[in-house]
Amino acid sequence: MYDGWKIILGLAVFVVIVTLPFTMSVGKDYVKPEPKIDTPEIQKMEKKQCIESKQYMRETHIKLLYSWKDYATREGKRVYIASDGKQYNVSLQNTCMKCHSNKEKFCDECHNYVNVKPYCWDCHIEPKVGGLK
Amino acid sequence: MGIGLAFIIVLGLILFAYIGTDILGLNSLFAIVIPYAAVVVFVIGFIRRVIKWGKSPVPFRIPTTAGQQFSLPWIKYSKIDNPSTGFGVALRMFFEIFFFRSLFRNTKAEIMNGKLFVGSNKWLWIGALAFHYSFLIILIRHLRFFMLQTPWCISVIDSIDSFWQIGLPMIYMTDIIIGAALLYLLGRRIFNPQVKYISLPSDYFPLFLIIGIIATGVLMRYFAKVDVTAIKELTLGLAYLKPTVPEGIGSLFYIHLFLVSVLFAYFPFSKLMHMGGVFLSPTRNLANNNRMERHVNPWDYPVKHRHYEEYEDEFRDKMKKAGIPVEKE
Amino acid sequence: MGLPRPEELISKVNLKKMPSRWWMDTLPVEFKPGFYCYGAKGKNLEYVNFPNARDFHVTDEDWRLPDDWKKIVIEGIKQRIERFRTFHVFMDICVRCGACADKCHFFIGTGDPKNMPVLRAELLRSVYRKYFTTGGKLFGRNGGARDLDINVLKELWYYFYQCTECRRCSLFCPYGIDTAEITIIARELLNLLGLNTDWISGPVANCYRTGNHLGIEPHTMKSTLEFMCNDIEDITGIKIDPPINKKGAEILFVTPSGDLFADPGIYNAMGYMMLFHEIGLDYTWSTFASEGGNFGFFTSMEMAKRLHTKIYEEAKRLKVKWIIGGECGHMWRVWHQYHNTWYGPVDFLEEPVSPITGTKFENAKSNKIVHISEFTADLIRHGVLKFDKSRNDNLIVTFHDSCNPSRGMGLFEEPRYIIKNVCNHFYEMPDETIREQTFCCGGGSGLNAGEIMELRMRGGFPRANAVRYVHEKFGVNTLANICAIDRATLPPLMDYWVPGVRVSGVTELVANAMIMKGEKERTMNLRMEPLPGKEEE
Repeated sequence: MYDGWKIILGLAVFVVIVTLPFTMSVGKDYVKPEPKIDTPEIQKMEKKQCIESKQYMRETHIKLLYSWKDYATREGKRVYIASDGKQYNVSLQNTCMKCHSNKEKFCDECHNYVNVKPYCWDCHIEPKVGGLK
Repeated sequence: MGIGLAFIIVLGLILFAYIGTDILGLNSLFAIVIPYAAVVVFVIGFIRRVIKWGKSPVPFRIPTTAGQQFSLPWIKYSKIDNPSTGFGVALRMFFEIFFFRSLFRNTKAEIMNGKLFVGSNKWLWIGALAFHYSFLIILIRHLRFFMLQTPWCISVIDSIDSFWQIGLPMIYMTDIIIGAALLYLLGRRIFNPQVKYISLPSDYFPLFLIIGIIATGVLMRYFAKVDVTAIKELTLGLAYLKPTVPEGIGSLFYIHLFLVSVLFAYFPFSKLMHMGGVFLSPTRNLANNNRMERHVNPWDYPVKHRHYEEYEDEFRDKMKKAGIPVEKE
Repeated sequence: MGLPRPEELISKVNLKKMPSRWWMDTLPVEFKPGFYCYGAKGKNLEYVNFPNARDFHVTDEDWRLPDDWKKIVIEGIKQRIERFRTFHVFMDICVRCGACADKCHFFIGTGDPKNMPVLRAELLRSVYRKYFTTGGKLFGRNGGARDLDINVLKELWYYFYQCTECRRCSLFCPYGIDTAEITIIARELLNLLGLNTDWISGPVANCYRTGNHLGIEPHTMKSTLEFMCNDIEDITGIKIDPPINKKGAEILFVTPSGDLFADPGIYNAMGYMMLFHEIGLDYTWSTFASEGGNFGFFTSMEMAKRLHTKIYEEAKRLKVKWIIGGECGHMWRVWHQYHNTWYGPVDFLEEPVSPITGTKFENAKSNKIVHISEFTADLIRHGVLKFDKSRNDNLIVTFHDSCNPSRGMGLFEEPRYIIKNVCNHFYEMPDETIREQTFCCGGGSGLNAGEIMELRMRGGFPRANAVRYVHEKFGVNTLANICAIDRATLPPLMDYWVPGVRVSGVTELVANAMIMKGEKERTMNLRMEPLPGKEEE
């Protein structure tokens, strides 16, 4: 090869950059997020069921909450009718956080995992460790 | 030529991934085998291609000089556009690679009423910069899926990219910019008659492929919604070399991942190798100093040339008659 | 010339209208008279041992190729892929962005899409893909690949002899893909089959035998120089005795033979001799190294090296210290970027130092060849020369940057500095048409043949258009340049597009304005026309 060391140096940089996703984690523990649903409020429930299905909530809670914000603050609409016909109060603090009072163990568990930083708590009062109130 | 063919191939790829995951349920093939294979092909193929180029020597020092040469001390010379030193070359390459300096010069020639008009034309430069930098930022942003703890620098890029805080999830500027840039790059292949005429299927294919990747990505983030946590489990598994196929990931994600894999695997065999090739372009990466420092051609060989003796033998009489000095009387 | 009027010639060119058929489907290529040079003569090819030497007639159906011509070309491509990183990389990385498309003077002047640099390269790239890439082998046409057949070969010949290797496209390419390099290699391949032009192979054979393209034999060269010196004496009253093959001179002077032969190059040759006489330079001409230009460069690297070697050989034989090169385009590309590599290390010569000013020419310390413009600019800077600029007052000058010294060297300021010191009226053409963005004269790389006058007028149109602009705006009447091909090709170009503009070498302008010690009162310029203010005398 001609200009060998320059080319090899360049290729080495290339390989280092391209394999970053693999090398950055070397030696680090692989931890899975485990959101906890063991709050007293949920323990009390007979059928442990969120307002919509688990899969729906996992994928779409962000949209749901975003629309709730508009319902409550812009349209004054305070009732959400779930797909099974049940009615819920449109309120992050009084509905969602009532059951999921463990923000650290529930919300943050996944949000930190995928590195998203919801701005819910810019306006809402962030629940204290160990649950609201 | 070949826009339809390229489009159909990309559609076929999408359909292939959809059938493979949603109907046949070959999730682990699309989640593990193909992505790993693609990365391996990409890295090895890229290296092989560059080494192949490297095996061809650079027999002559032939930079394209784009400014005043280094000559007399009182003449200001273009240190970057016509470098005479290695440092100047490094600067030239830096501007070439990071700012597409040659493309920045672009002009447009038009003939009107029998006269030629040459004017500045920066659109291609803007479009190319917008595309490449958006793509780079999007790639960097995606690193959050391959690390347990996202480093602050990537978070910073992320928050700058979503600076306007529009919508939820917040819209990334780069998603809009790359979309516009891709449409521009595709548009000129369709509407600019010159570019249309020179285009091959291999020009449309990567465009459609990347459009497909961006479209599925945008769909997942802003519209269809996917289980991001499960996806990260998958991607992190790939990064940790402990692949898993979590439940609840829809085929939209698999289509996205498959198109990305195709892009990676296709890369080393295509014009996309301009990424590596630009570093090896002898008209850009050499100093213009062959009168100062001799460049050696490794395959140089002696050639048959005419010697003065033969010349004099042929013309001696005439030379003598004309009074021109000769070696042999 | 049998050409349509200028307005008509260009009015039919539409850069936006492409043929309805795709470029791979337009074979066989139509050999349009005025667009191709006549084929090489067998005797000229044979003289320099080129393969397949025979009289080659372009329009003949049968090109009389060897049976295994296809194999020769494919093998030739393979060898060049392995030898030239340029060629290898350029074959692989073009993205067909089209930035080069409207940069080519031949595309602008003809509107023929195959004159877009990208497509010119694709003509060969498609063959490369077919035989050397997986994609090309697998996908054929859809992979942008095609078989090499006789029609493809004819197309390659037609279009690679419609490129002047000016490198303007290379300037704009984001990866520096250089069509000149691709053309050089394509022509090497064609020359493996004896597919040369008469206009190139003739000068090559001449140059091999007599040392110069024009076939000037030593005694003729001497009498030509003496004839010029007679004219100089008539003009200045000073008798110059040109040193020829003088052993032990300090400097060997080499210039293209065009300067010894035809108007207006001869005025430049007179200028060189006047300048060297005035400063008392100890120099010599060589009758063997009587050509700085190199038409071999338009056939193959090897032939170029075979022709150029004599220059250093003569420098060695004549025991000079270093070399000055006259005004020429491709000669300087060869000297600046190739010759040192071909011949060096040139350790039998000394690092050039101007004997007049003491200036060390740092930029030529390895190959020991200094450009006459560098040399003259240094003289002027040191106040060695005295000028009467008013002798050039009838000239309103613009400067045409020749392709090779521009994009293969970067010689921009030196000639401008000289012109501004010897002329009172100097105007630049628009920025997009000068310096590194300069437009070709339309006749470089061996394309200055008479039979392709239409192609030349079309290819020269962008250059002429810019001259016309300054002609109309500032009254420019003189197109100065530092290239012998320019001095041959620009006069007909100007006569066609911008009548009233004449072509002049820079050294002619210098010598005309230069006040020589002991000269008589000058009434004539070097062309024996009355000087401004002396018309009535």
